[in-house]
Amino acid sequence: MSKNLFIKDSVIIRNGKLLRNGKVVVQNYPDQKLSSFLKEIYKDQELKYPKFFKMDKLSKLGYLASEILFQNIEPDPETALVFSNAASSLETDNAYAETMNDFPSPSVFVYTLPNIMLGEISIRFQLRSENIFLVSEDFDPGLFIDYSKTLFQQEKAREIVCGWVDLHNSDYDVFLCHIGPEGRYDFNEEELKKLYLPTHE
Amino acid sequence: MKRNYLLSDSIISPLGFGTDANLKAIRSGGSALKFHTNSRFLKDGFYAGLIPEKAIDEHFSDIGAPAMFTKLEKLMILAVQQILDQNPGLEMQDTGLIISTTKGSIDQLGKDEFPEDRLFLWKLAEVIADFFQIKKKPVVVSNACISGALAVKTANDLITAGRFLNAIVVAGDLVSDFVLSGFQSFQAISEKPCRPFSSDRTGISLGEASAAILIGPEAGKNEDRISYIDACTANDANHISGPSRTGEGLYLSISRLLAANNIEPEEIDYLSAHGTATEFNDEMEAIAFNRAGLEKVPVNSFKGYYGHTLGASALIETILTKHSLLENELFTSLNFSEVGVSIPLNIIKENRNKKLSLALKTASGFGGCNLAMLLKKEVYE
Repeated sequence: MSKNLFIKDSVIIRNGKLLRNGKVVVQNYPDQKLSSFLKEIYKDQELKYPKFFKMDKLSKLGYLASEILFQNIEPDPETALVFSNAASSLETDNAYAETMNDFPSPSVFVYTLPNIMLGEISIRFQLRSENIFLVSEDFDPGLFIDYSKTLFQQEKAREIVCGWVDLHNSDYDVFLCHIGPEGRYDFNEEELKKLYLPTHE
Repeated sequence: MKRNYLLSDSIISPLGFGTDANLKAIRSGGSALKFHTNSRFLKDGFYAGLIPEKAIDEHFSDIGAPAMFTKLEKLMILAVQQILDQNPGLEMQDTGLIISTTKGSIDQLGKDEFPEDRLFLWKLAEVIADFFQIKKKPVVVSNACISGALAVKTANDLITAGRFLNAIVVAGDLVSDFVLSGFQSFQAISEKPCRPFSSDRTGISLGEASAAILIGPEAGKNEDRISYIDACTANDANHISGPSRTGEGLYLSISRLLAANNIEPEEIDYLSAHGTATEFNDEMEAIAFNRAGLEKVPVNSFKGYYGHTLGASALIETILTKHSLLENELFTSLNFSEVGVSIPLNIIKENRNKKLSLALKTASGFGGCNLAMLLKKEVYE
């Protein structure tokens, strides 16, 4: 059984801008540090989720993007999370390694796995669904599509969030898109590429 | 639907270089867990399953230059090499490579023995793919302690999607200062070799290992074979570093898997649990197994043999489950003393033979992730 799949909404956090469906929602000021930009998004969007402040920056990026993606909607409980990045949790690995010289920090260590972000998003939206975290050098639309289509075909998900949430040496690149049986664009490589890297930017 | 099979496999661990050596050690109750005193983070010493790099290099020098590769790269390459040795005719053009690891070559963090990009998990995959001239872009699964089994699911699903004809899944993780100090900071490391599901369990032991398996649709037709039936994952949506008290995610992954495949709990002959020997994990598993109606199924944990090998554990245990099915053999849950979970389980207390057909493998990990997988023996008649 094969159903047609569509991309509903998408979110990008890149170059000091947070965009939803291509429109700027929050923009940083020049030379603003990532941690302060993340806080600004949280405040601007009037989010009330104290767990945010405990998260590492990678999870904050994924969490904030999911809040913006699911703006005003309650996601279907069978929304699978298919996420990926290039640097795994290397930024937090380095932060944890620094604590090792002094007093190894359990609260930092717990974030030294990239899939912790999936746990954070699952907790926030109460998703007891299929999860996977993959690592590739670059955003790989074909891999998202192959894995996601199989989840739909096997009826393991009604909707999916595909996410690229990468952070390394304070460089960040976030792209989330919501996939389901209805939506704006066809769920194929070409559309994913266009949404991930809009040419007019 | 076309099924995929669990074909050739390899385990590289302190118990031996190859699956046969590992099975032999397990049958005689051997354990990789030895006492070590070389960590500045555990001053009173610790039990772990370590592979001396010298032993790895002795094997590796037959196929490559040991100094050119990190310890983990060598372990994973050795495992893949064993798969290729067993399958000289394997068409590499259409064979995928799926990597499972949590931390990769994290032992190299802050050192400058290798270029910095060797810390990236995609680079680890690239190094292995290049070594064997695998053309298809490798896929890396890094999903905490369910990674090894999730990589098997990924291999199956990507073959089904037409991305590969076959896939080699290779998993590995090391016992590094990074991981040792991290688990110690949680006070999760046992002073004695870990004792899964026992009343006197006090935490995990860590281990290092690699493993590989070939997965594909073409199995030998005139022998018993093990087919991959299906697997489900489910998140607890409860806590990022502690298991759910109700075993919610594990229960959901099992119950959805059984329902989707029209299987009753009574049909399952053997359950390969995660069983890390932390107080909360083992209790969570017992609750989930009970809710799923599995409390009477013979069950073991292999952590007493290997320690927790993180991204390798669920693949090693899948391979051992495959051999249990093929040989109709149930392996002792090593270091088990007496039941220490609130719901009695049917823990395997001694090696014995039993006719086996259907097995369930489960795993759970940080981030609230859980996985359940069904493997079935097709008997040649």
